[in-house]
Amino acid sequence: MFEAILLTVITASTPLVLAALGELVTERSGVLNLGVEGMMIIGAACAFVAAQLTGSPYIGILAGIFGGGVFSLLFGFLTLTLVANQVATGLALTILGLGLSGQIGEAFVGQPGIKLQPIVFPFLSDIPFFGRVLFRQDLIFYVSIALVVGINWFLFRSRTGLKLRAIGDSHASAHALGINVIRTRYLAVMFGGACAGLAGAQLSLVYTPQWVENMSAGRGWIALALVVFASWRPWRILAGGYLFGAVGIGQLHAQIVAQNLGIVIPSQFLSALPYAATIVVLIIISHNRRTTLINTPAALGKPFVPDR
Amino acid sequence: MRIELQKRARVSTLFSVLSPLLALALTLAFGAIMFWLLGKNPVSALYSFFVEPLLEVWSLHELAIKAAPLILIAVGLSVCYRSNNWNIGAEGQFTIGAITGSILPVMYPAWHSPIILPLMLILGMLGGALYAGIPALLKTRFNTNEILTSLMLVYIAQLYLDWLVRGPWRDPQGNNFPITKTFQIEAVVPEILSSSGRAHWAFIFAIVAAVALWFMMRFMLKGFEVSVLGQSERAGRFAGFSARRMVWFSMLLSGALAGLAGISEVSGSIGHVQPVISPGYGFTAIIVAFLGRLNPLGIIASGLVLALTYLGGEAAQLSIGISDKVSRVFQGLLLFFVLSCDTLIHYRVRLIFAGTKTAEVRG
Repeated sequence: MFEAILLTVITASTPLVLAALGELVTERSGVLNLGVEGMMIIGAACAFVAAQLTGSPYIGILAGIFGGGVFSLLFGFLTLTLVANQVATGLALTILGLGLSGQIGEAFVGQPGIKLQPIVFPFLSDIPFFGRVLFRQDLIFYVSIALVVGINWFLFRSRTGLKLRAIGDSHASAHALGINVIRTRYLAVMFGGACAGLAGAQLSLVYTPQWVENMSAGRGWIALALVVFASWRPWRILAGGYLFGAVGIGQLHAQIVAQNLGIVIPSQFLSALPYAATIVVLIIISHNRRTTLINTPAALGKPFVPDR
Repeated sequence: MRIELQKRARVSTLFSVLSPLLALALTLAFGAIMFWLLGKNPVSALYSFFVEPLLEVWSLHELAIKAAPLILIAVGLSVCYRSNNWNIGAEGQFTIGAITGSILPVMYPAWHSPIILPLMLILGMLGGALYAGIPALLKTRFNTNEILTSLMLVYIAQLYLDWLVRGPWRDPQGNNFPITKTFQIEAVVPEILSSSGRAHWAFIFAIVAAVALWFMMRFMLKGFEVSVLGQSERAGRFAGFSARRMVWFSMLLSGALAGLAGISEVSGSIGHVQPVISPGYGFTAIIVAFLGRLNPLGIIASGLVLALTYLGGEAAQLSIGISDKVSRVFQGLLLFFVLSCDTLIHYRVRLIFAGTKTAEVRG
């Protein structure tokens, strides 16, 4: 029972972790992309359609990453090249993504999807409990864990990561040091888009292998909250992602338990829990102005026009 | 090829007017390409999307019905955005306004008094304002990001509405449909010209709200306060303006207007409460606000344009068989083009090709 619940928590948490990791890198470079929800749903649609057309979920994954990455370029062009308002452009990305994905996936509504099969590690997967939980998962789960480790190393141990953080804290100083601010930010935005796209692919290939309109259901926004919750640190994204995933799965189990006990809790109240939890967590994290100020990339959301 | 921006010495008035029109033209061009890719004749598709709905009187009434909530919400949002408060949860405030406004007709269906409608409208505004007050409180008290909290509250409001109409508010004689009793006639927002179509007073409310807020922004100290605090909180502090009070003012105002839109929609257009009461008006209003360049009078025009995308979507679905999701794509594209064309207002845009050739967008 516990093992089964844990497995569902992992499946529910992985897209949150992935999308939040991508956004973390974007925000560390000083760009606030509120379009995570839009990039995620585009990734989900591209992944599903590609998998249906080719029969391979792996091509689906690639399509999801590609779709999210390309879609994020739209945001990059507007906010970085044309210095449009980042908040408004992010919203535009979400609105367009939801519309466009509906259009892409429309012909595929109701078709049974292709589920990404788990990769089974020989011997390791036979370990009781841990084997099932850790070594019999799909590729996207392994990628999400590798990304946590990799991004942590990149940001805090590599030279390029240091430059990226410098840009996010003061683009003017970084520019004066000869770092190409705009190019780095483009790459960071695209990385965020690719991660959100991969998160979307997980939704339509693993979590619920079918196409449902608006299937991201606010997960992109929860991922944005997760970045604040994690105070822009990769390991805390992992912890926070699993916490949020557990709340989402917990409410499903609570409905069943309550039903068995004969207690009537309206399902809508439990469905609202993840959103309410997000608000509560945001309050707890942000009420201390000092620590928020220290952790937030100082140039976050500020436009930059290089002088010549 | 490279794009280079050069800050203008002053804001270009020419492009202030031209940029929304340019954005519209680009959206139409892209729309034509999209229809062509879908295998439709672009000209006739655009015609049935954007022109046909304007040719008949009843259809113009429908336009006013769809434009009313968009304008009401968007003028409130424009004050928020000008003061740098990012309320994106108008959809939730709309929903809660619809619920609180509907308390009287749902609870007292036998109350036939002319006072019921004004009370409903006031309750709707109160509900919307209170719901917008939550992110305002969290922002001022706990420094919590209002973008995320106001958006999370949208999901919560929609689930709450769903529970209400499937549970306690469900009409026992409604054949098990999740809807409430139809409102008594005194609780329905009256039609403006009932001889020619369904348009009701919400459209008048919208115009009045837009003109009033235009007046405030243009001629009153409060409007100046909004702009100053939005552009520089520091400068506002020197002028003795309080950013904290501005959070409350702008959020409560936009919440109240979204609430008014919600109750007018439920009472005037639908006539009862049901699980889904809005085709995303609260989100589309964000586009309306930007297309109107955050100017209340501009918003009247842009509200009508966006209302046309809803109508056109419905019409095109029937006449040429394309899905109504196309209108969402149009709306998203439009916002993109508006935002990119706005660059021309503040910057000179230069296209620099490899080598020495330099082309310049005039202005």
